[in-house]
Amino acid sequence: MSAAGARIGVITFPGSLDDGDARRAVRRAGASDVGLWHGDADLHGVDAVIVPGGFSYGDYLRCGAIAKFAPVMTEVVRAAGQGMPVLGVCNGFQVLCEAGLLPGVLTRNSGLHYVCRDQWLRVDNNTSTWTTRYEPGAELLIPIKHGEGRYVAEDPVLDRLEGDGRVLFRYVDGNPNGSRRDIAGITDERGRVAGLMPHPEHAVDPLTGPTDDGLGMFLSALDTLVAA
Amino acid sequence: MTDPTREAATQDPATPNGAEPVDSVEHAARTPELDQPYRELGLADDEYERIREILGRRPTEAELAMYSVMWSEHCSYKSSKTHLKYFGETTTDEMRAKMLAGIGENAGVVDIGDGWAVTFKVESHNHPSYVEPYQGAATGVGGIVRDIMAMGARPVAVADPLRFGPADAADTRRVLPGVVEGVGGYGNCLGLPNIGGEVVFDESYARNPLVNAMCVGVLKSDELQLAHATGTGNKVILFGARTGLDGIGGVSVLASETFSGDETGSGRKKLPSVQVGDPFTEKVLIECCLELYGSDLVVGVQDLGGAGLSCATSELAAAGDGGMRIDLDTVPLRAEGMNPAEILSSESQERMCAIVRPEDVDSFMAVCRKWDVTATVIGEVTDEEHLRIDWRGECVVDVPPRTVADEGPVYQRPVRRPAEQDLIAADDANTLSRPATAAELRETVLRMAASPNLCSREWVTGQYDHYVRGNTVLAQPSDGGVLRVDEETDRGIAVATDCNARYTRLDPYEGARLALAEAYRNVAVTGSKPVAVTNCLNFGSAEDPGVMWQFQQSVRGLADAAAELGIPVTGGNVSFYNQTGGDPILPTPVAGVLGVIDDVTARIPTGIGAAPGESLLLLGDTREEFGGSEWSRVVHGHLGGTPPRVDLARERLLADVLGIGSRDGLISAAHDLSEGGLAQALVEMSLIGETGARIVLPEEADPFVWLFAESAGRVAVSVPRGAELKFTELCSARGLPCSKIGVVDDESRALEIQGVGDIPLSELREAWEGTLPRLFG
Repeated sequence: MSAAGARIGVITFPGSLDDGDARRAVRRAGASDVGLWHGDADLHGVDAVIVPGGFSYGDYLRCGAIAKFAPVMTEVVRAAGQGMPVLGVCNGFQVLCEAGLLPGVLTRNSGLHYVCRDQWLRVDNNTSTWTTRYEPGAELLIPIKHGEGRYVAEDPVLDRLEGDGRVLFRYVDGNPNGSRRDIAGITDERGRVAGLMPHPEHAVDPLTGPTDDGLGMFLSALDTLVAA
Repeated sequence: MTDPTREAATQDPATPNGAEPVDSVEHAARTPELDQPYRELGLADDEYERIREILGRRPTEAELAMYSVMWSEHCSYKSSKTHLKYFGETTTDEMRAKMLAGIGENAGVVDIGDGWAVTFKVESHNHPSYVEPYQGAATGVGGIVRDIMAMGARPVAVADPLRFGPADAADTRRVLPGVVEGVGGYGNCLGLPNIGGEVVFDESYARNPLVNAMCVGVLKSDELQLAHATGTGNKVILFGARTGLDGIGGVSVLASETFSGDETGSGRKKLPSVQVGDPFTEKVLIECCLELYGSDLVVGVQDLGGAGLSCATSELAAAGDGGMRIDLDTVPLRAEGMNPAEILSSESQERMCAIVRPEDVDSFMAVCRKWDVTATVIGEVTDEEHLRIDWRGECVVDVPPRTVADEGPVYQRPVRRPAEQDLIAADDANTLSRPATAAELRETVLRMAASPNLCSREWVTGQYDHYVRGNTVLAQPSDGGVLRVDEETDRGIAVATDCNARYTRLDPYEGARLALAEAYRNVAVTGSKPVAVTNCLNFGSAEDPGVMWQFQQSVRGLADAAAELGIPVTGGNVSFYNQTGGDPILPTPVAGVLGVIDDVTARIPTGIGAAPGESLLLLGDTREEFGGSEWSRVVHGHLGGTPPRVDLARERLLADVLGIGSRDGLISAAHDLSEGGLAQALVEMSLIGETGARIVLPEEADPFVWLFAESAGRVAVSVPRGAELKFTELCSARGLPCSKIGVVDDESRALEIQGVGDIPLSELREAWEGTLPRLFG
């Protein structure tokens, strides 16, 4: 498959906000972007899926708790089970946790305020589908913007995540939300499904973001798809 | 949040068995002598008499509700109209050339080239935000966003000029966090980047906070929508949220004083008069509207804001070519037992009203279903002259719509220049005692940087998403926000809002000109060309002749300055009665300026250190001007003298030079000099750029004046190595004063000012960034 032949879907829920940004990032990485509608139980043959940031369905119950019941999510869960790469950013990370694709939950920031700022992250894992382009230990500057981004899980779950090398990114130079063990992003057992609170799609062009450090995530997935 | 189930469960005691008698037009004609609570609704005796004259009978309860709210100061501009005419009178055809819509529409629209148009507007939500900071601020954002949507535009950014009482006052700790959270909570959830705004503290805003909200929208210039109801037989569709009892305000008096004088009516549940916002509903409404516009399913559209359906129906009909009939029974309600006056006056949020051709109604409904937006045909455009509203089979409103929407009362309020103005002017700030030694100057730089009005706004702006939509090129702490509009051509826009109300207090005419000059300059320092003006005029009581003098002078100052700058005022908003007891707020005419930048990649940032070996240059003239200055406030608690001189020809020249410098890559950073003068500008350029600098004073200069004076028309720029000669030649060829004041030092971790000493960036940062977190947690 050529890079442009790779089709990456981006879901739009009512209340999705960063779907346009995610699609722009996909194009910038050289792949084709495909819009997926929440009510449509069809992935339209895409090779990977991004669940973008926003406030799906208003997030009035609990972040991501309604979105997991969307018809499109049933298909995403099925496809992920068959090894399709899936990335959840911010609200998308919350949706993937609610849908059971990733362990843990995201709770209210320890500082209680919504935080929008440029955040340093350290790459802990560069073997997942979404992180192969990074050097281990590399530091990235990527925006965060959330009110409920504190990653929480039981100690045994955290121990297992760390033991299996499934922590993708950790916050450095200050933990912005009280996440346990400074965890900013994780992956599933196979390294195909990834979720993180920071927004790589907002760091693909230094004109509109602090850096282009986020582009590596989209390029990493594209490498896998092209090689397949 | 409103709990619809609880609301619905509230039984209206006035209607135990369902049917409530209706104050129909017929009933009104039969009972001319009935007492009506018009004074409680804010209508004066002569206003009520005029309504009776217009109708040839007493108004029905529903009509009274409509007139009272539409003839209120907020909706009718009855005290300001006579002054606001001056904006139109001073706008030349040349200034109007790029204007697609102006004053009188929901928002002004300006052609920015390449087939794109931009609409922008600022509105106040001051009083609600004092009563209920979170919801007041949130619904302020929601309201201005719907104004922008009503022009056919996609909202693309917001910015919020905010003013509070003293930073350390207990009530400010109640109001500010709620307002900031409300602005963020609503705007973040709508997916609109917040790219600018202001946070100002002053004693006069204690108990009168100013919460102004700006929204910017983008559309193709041939996609403009206007709020008019044309075409007999076209349908009137209400869509969005259901209509409830929230935000009824003064009209709730009718709930307890129904025409039958039913005492039991007073027992019914009333909701707070501050509306409750639901940003998710609004986000979905935005996408739904844009799809409706894109499919050409809308003939006219109006948002529902203040005065709700009263305003939307009467304004749409008044701007159309015929009449309108509405069947109120069809309006989807979320409370039981609402009477016609309440349905017409409800300010429930997230609602729009569209005029749709009958053959398009099915397609319109299909789009609404896709977005899960409730939509209902509530009436149609008629060839009659009246707006007629029926309820339960009887006519409850039968009025000429223009008498409601356009022909409200106009007052010539007394205007008188207060005698104390002379005393204030005579109280010269230039005679205040000044720091003399290097140590005192150094201490003053730090004290100023840490003061509430000059310190970092990060505590506030860090709660706003400025990244969403991926087109934000500059945002706070930049002087102006810059957005990319077209990803193919990199064409973009800039916006800034400003007002130094201390200057306006000293001289409202000159102060308003300074406010516009600063907003203009803040757009220009980003490399953008200023093209249009909007405003939000916040003042005390319209019944105070001194306040009306401030208002009149400010309007004239803004209009004259806009004419001198050659850019049109495309719209505005007036908020009177911002006063507690006898003390009005400082006159606060906030000026908003829109700019265009042909290539956003050429935008000029604020921080130094981006290019190697930069020189620092100061553009403009520095004079001994301390009247209204931040230094006189921080150090002496003083407000007196005269504000800095304004030279608008100089501002235009500055903007031209900055535009050329940006285009030709001659400028690597630029920062407008305003409150706190050069010292504060240098502190911010160093801290934002995380780079030190060495500053050398001109030989003849008085270091204090040079560092802290607030002379207008000045900008500090950094110029990359190799561009300095070209840039200084550009300035001298055009007669713009330009002096070298130092160099950027990549190695230095300090701001070194000759005659003052070295201040490590870490020490400056602690001062600048520590204040708001310390005060607000």
